[in-house]
Amino acid sequence: MQVKETNEFKPKIVAFCCNWCSYAGADLAGTNRLQYPADVKIIRVPCSCRVNPMFILRAFQRGADGVILCGCHPGDCHYTTGNYYTRRRMTLLFSMLDYLGIEKERTRVEWVSAAEGAKFAATMNDFVATVTKLGENKRLEDLRCKAK
Amino acid sequence: MQSEMIKRAKELLASGEVARVVGWKAGEFDYDITPGVFTTAEELDSAFLYNDLCEANLSKYMIAQSRKEGKTLVFLKPCDTYSFSQLLKEHRILRENVYVIGVPCDGKVDVDTVKATGLTGICSMTSDGETVTVKTLYGDSTMSKADAMSERCINCKSKKHVVYDELLGEEGDVVADNHRFDMVEKIEAMTPDERFEFWRNELSRCIRCNACRNVCPACSCEKCVFDNEQSGAFNKGASDSFEENMFHIIRAFHVAGRCTDCGECSRVCPQNIPLHLLNRKFIKDINELYGEYQAGENADERAPLNTFTTEDVEPSIVYERGGKQ
Repeated sequence: MQVKETNEFKPKIVAFCCNWCSYAGADLAGTNRLQYPADVKIIRVPCSCRVNPMFILRAFQRGADGVILCGCHPGDCHYTTGNYYTRRRMTLLFSMLDYLGIEKERTRVEWVSAAEGAKFAATMNDFVATVTKLGENKRLEDLRCKAK
Repeated sequence: MQSEMIKRAKELLASGEVARVVGWKAGEFDYDITPGVFTTAEELDSAFLYNDLCEANLSKYMIAQSRKEGKTLVFLKPCDTYSFSQLLKEHRILRENVYVIGVPCDGKVDVDTVKATGLTGICSMTSDGETVTVKTLYGDSTMSKADAMSERCINCKSKKHVVYDELLGEEGDVVADNHRFDMVEKIEAMTPDERFEFWRNELSRCIRCNACRNVCPACSCEKCVFDNEQSGAFNKGASDSFEENMFHIIRAFHVAGRCTDCGECSRVCPQNIPLHLLNRKFIKDINELYGEYQAGENADERAPLNTFTTEDVEPSIVYERGGKQ
């Protein structure tokens, strides 16, 4: 067997998915054999509101090119109100990153329910395409992490 | 005003109402005013100062002072009372152990602003409320007080005391038409590359001395994430280019909704980084997206990040509004 080596840019995407909706949505996408790029690394969190702004910055620092946060639709949170807080926090955080001149397309929040396997796959395809177009994350990385 | 304050402090000390007084005194140089604790009338007479150079916000000291035995008298300027009120709201200060005297303020002279005009070898600095006289080794120089004030005082947000037990002088009003968001708007109007350059240029000067955190009245956690050696964020300022950005983003985020915009962070920064512009961005966003909110103004109102409405905007709004592309 031969493995073709390419120099094509493959983004590293970190997806924080809430245990109750989005993680189940990702599972459903898999069960339905829907395709989405393997560049997406899923981290399961109990609730989207578990995600501290520092998690997102740290992911970028350690070499992620894009970070997406998925949670239950507002109103459907397993803990009733968690994602409402997420919504406020992330709006402010993304606005701050934009203020610092960091490409705002690298961060995203999507609401994906457990029944939306198709939406999960479509979202990931779209996000990976966006980040691939942006190229490598140069503004938030810790330069020491990049093996040259 | 200074003699009035000393007189009142002496009365309260003599009557046993308060056990100590927190105010200002001369630091290493007489223009370099520093906070001080006074326990006797003699100390007040010899060291207590209140003039146009007393910039320090004394509210944060009350966290520790209010836990001592006996009451503490503290003098607070209008903008300091906002910080004090915010700390009360967060249950950080024991109110019954503090006696607050509100003192008027019509803007303070900023030593760094004076130095930035090119004056060196400064021996002393005095202000009569209109003009600032600076004595240097190379001769005397005068400037109008407006030119010697820092940006936070030029764009003063309020001359009203939100909390006090007693007031010396006249009560002021909230300054509604201040221009404190002008610089934020200017940065927002830049292209992303320019914004990145601007902030790299500013934040890369950070030496991670933690002065901004130590002085900030909103940063009053008993254990700070940046002091936790296990957090991976401990004292890494000099180690890579992103860590100092991260420190300032996280710090600004942590005080978002609680920051009263007192501007102490920028004042104490030895590298003169305009850190208050990060906090003001959050304040501006909160005002625009979730309604006008001034931290410390109203003790019953919930902080914007501690509450929500079901009709809040989606984070994707950032793609639409945001800064210039």
